[in-house]
Amino acid sequence: MNYWNLFYIALRAILSNKMRTFLTMLGMIIGVSSVITMLAIGQGSKRSIREQISEMGSNMVMIHPNRGRMGGVRMSSADMQVLKAKDFEDLQKECPHISAITPQVSSSGQLINGIKNAPTTVYGVNEDYLNIRRYKVDKGSFFSDEHVKTYAKVAVIGTTVVNNLFDEETDPIGKVIRFNKIPVTIVGVLESKGSNSMGQDQDDIVLMPYTTVQKRILAQTHFQSIVASATNEKDTELAVEEISAVLRRNHQITGDKEDDFDIRSQEELVSTLTSTTDMMTVLLACIAGISLLVGGIGIMNIMFVSVTERTKEIGLRMSIGAKEKHIMLQFLIEAIMISISGGLIGVLFGLLASYLVNFLAGWPVYIQGWSVLLSFAVCTTAGIFFGWYPARKAARLDPIEAIRYE
Amino acid sequence: MANKSIIDINNLTRNFQVGDETVHALRGVSFSIQEGEFVTIMGTSGSGKSTLLNILGCLDTPTGGNYLLDGESVGNMSKDQRAEYRNRKIGFIFQSYNLLSRTTALDNVALPLLYNGFVNKAQRIERAKQALIDVGLSNRMYHFSNQMSGGQQQRVAIARALVNNPVIILADEATGNLDTRTSFEILSLFQDLHQSGKTIIFVTHNPELSQYSSRTILLRDGKIISDTYNSHPLSAAETLAKLPNIDL
Repeated sequence: MNYWNLFYIALRAILSNKMRTFLTMLGMIIGVSSVITMLAIGQGSKRSIREQISEMGSNMVMIHPNRGRMGGVRMSSADMQVLKAKDFEDLQKECPHISAITPQVSSSGQLINGIKNAPTTVYGVNEDYLNIRRYKVDKGSFFSDEHVKTYAKVAVIGTTVVNNLFDEETDPIGKVIRFNKIPVTIVGVLESKGSNSMGQDQDDIVLMPYTTVQKRILAQTHFQSIVASATNEKDTELAVEEISAVLRRNHQITGDKEDDFDIRSQEELVSTLTSTTDMMTVLLACIAGISLLVGGIGIMNIMFVSVTERTKEIGLRMSIGAKEKHIMLQFLIEAIMISISGGLIGVLFGLLASYLVNFLAGWPVYIQGWSVLLSFAVCTTAGIFFGWYPARKAARLDPIEAIRYE
Repeated sequence: MANKSIIDINNLTRNFQVGDETVHALRGVSFSIQEGEFVTIMGTSGSGKSTLLNILGCLDTPTGGNYLLDGESVGNMSKDQRAEYRNRKIGFIFQSYNLLSRTTALDNVALPLLYNGFVNKAQRIERAKQALIDVGLSNRMYHFSNQMSGGQQQRVAIARALVNNPVIILADEATGNLDTRTSFEILSLFQDLHQSGKTIIFVTHNPELSQYSSRTILLRDGKIISDTYNSHPLSAAETLAKLPNIDL
């Protein structure tokens, strides 16, 4: 027996009843296309969240003082005088998985340029801040190490600040503005980044050497936080461990005593934010998976009807020399052909629907290769699984009874 | 008139278990059929002729006794072996034609060859066409089976039985669903096939038809009660010519 003949026989049987074949396929088509679309929507929203976060620096690690008590009063973390210059220097020297690190101190106040003024927050940082937060200097230059060492009264500002304080024609570079009562020279303007995923305007920013903010504005020696960048996303956890070790040593925290600092990586933030979309994706995929199952049962149902309806045909095939395995394979191939072609059409519909969702509703979608492969594999398996039993029933028919069946 | 024995059965029995009762459908049947014979097996319903036909057609196996088809014992063959034997040695013709609907005459005739691994596509179509020409349907090859008359459908079925070049053709009430005129047309076709050397077993309950074959085996209650040779069979073509033509 040439097994290609069986494909030919099965194909003929499918084509001889197109309407029924199509209705059977419909279950698979809807199942597969909904799985693909749901996963595409889920993945799309997850990706868009991830992208927004990684704009802020995806391998960023933030070190804050732990909120502690001072005489029974729970203090704001910014007021805890835990992070010192020595911590920063040690971290800079001793952590191999950190590529950039900057202390951070901030102060709110009013920026004034002639008659124009605007409230803002000044961040005291060093040069590494650019790398960590993925900012770029558009005009002028960033302040140098020399500026940091000399507590220079210089600032790099964002575009929102430029718009608030200067006319359109004015070049802000070299201009002197005042922060509260302190005159500051603008040395650079940052490239615009827009707002972040939390809706904060990332261009409303004034950066100054951290030493300047510490000595000239806040008059303090501690940092409000230290921000670092791990060498790459995968090393974030290692970097966190290294930082923790250094700080515990410096702060003389031993054993299971509570840390007086708090390290947060961007990774954690990402997973917190994406956990909801993950759950939604799983939920949607489950519902879609159920429709795939129902589609499979539809195939089984139709195959059973088909076997009963074609009992006489089966009897005839057996009497002219078809073996049990031939009948079995014929019906199995029919079921698989229906489910595979249903699956293929479903993939096309799924891709089309994902595109439409993106185009019409403007939702972010992302189609992953594996979700297409998975749903296709599942529907093929469903074809084999649900086609097997009816096929066996057909193969086990007694030819004598089958041929006389009316 | 021939020397090679196609079918050789010896003391064939077949019992069926129906509840507590054993039904003896065949109670020791023996005969042999030579190559080129045209045998009518006759009997009323319940005589065991259907059971005998099933066994002769390798669809069923006997409870006792021997059955040699073309020199090989069928009784101890496996299901698959019997299926292969049916494919290569036997051509079935049924009362209700059993053609695949929505399928052309050519595809219907080619069907047995699909289960024969030694025949490629070109040979398949070639042989199916030849078989259709042999039964006089050269102008109906691409008609769908459900668009044909009963007589034409039975001709397609006969072509399907011939296409594998079987050693024996088994016809089960092949004219049972046809009117008198068409019946004789089909019978005439069988006689032509017989003339060309085919071995045919024609199972019927109609005594009239036995006059057209070369031998008649009469069954009753699972036993042979007569086995007669007919040296001068009637010609179905002549009978057909004598029939009053009521259609005109």
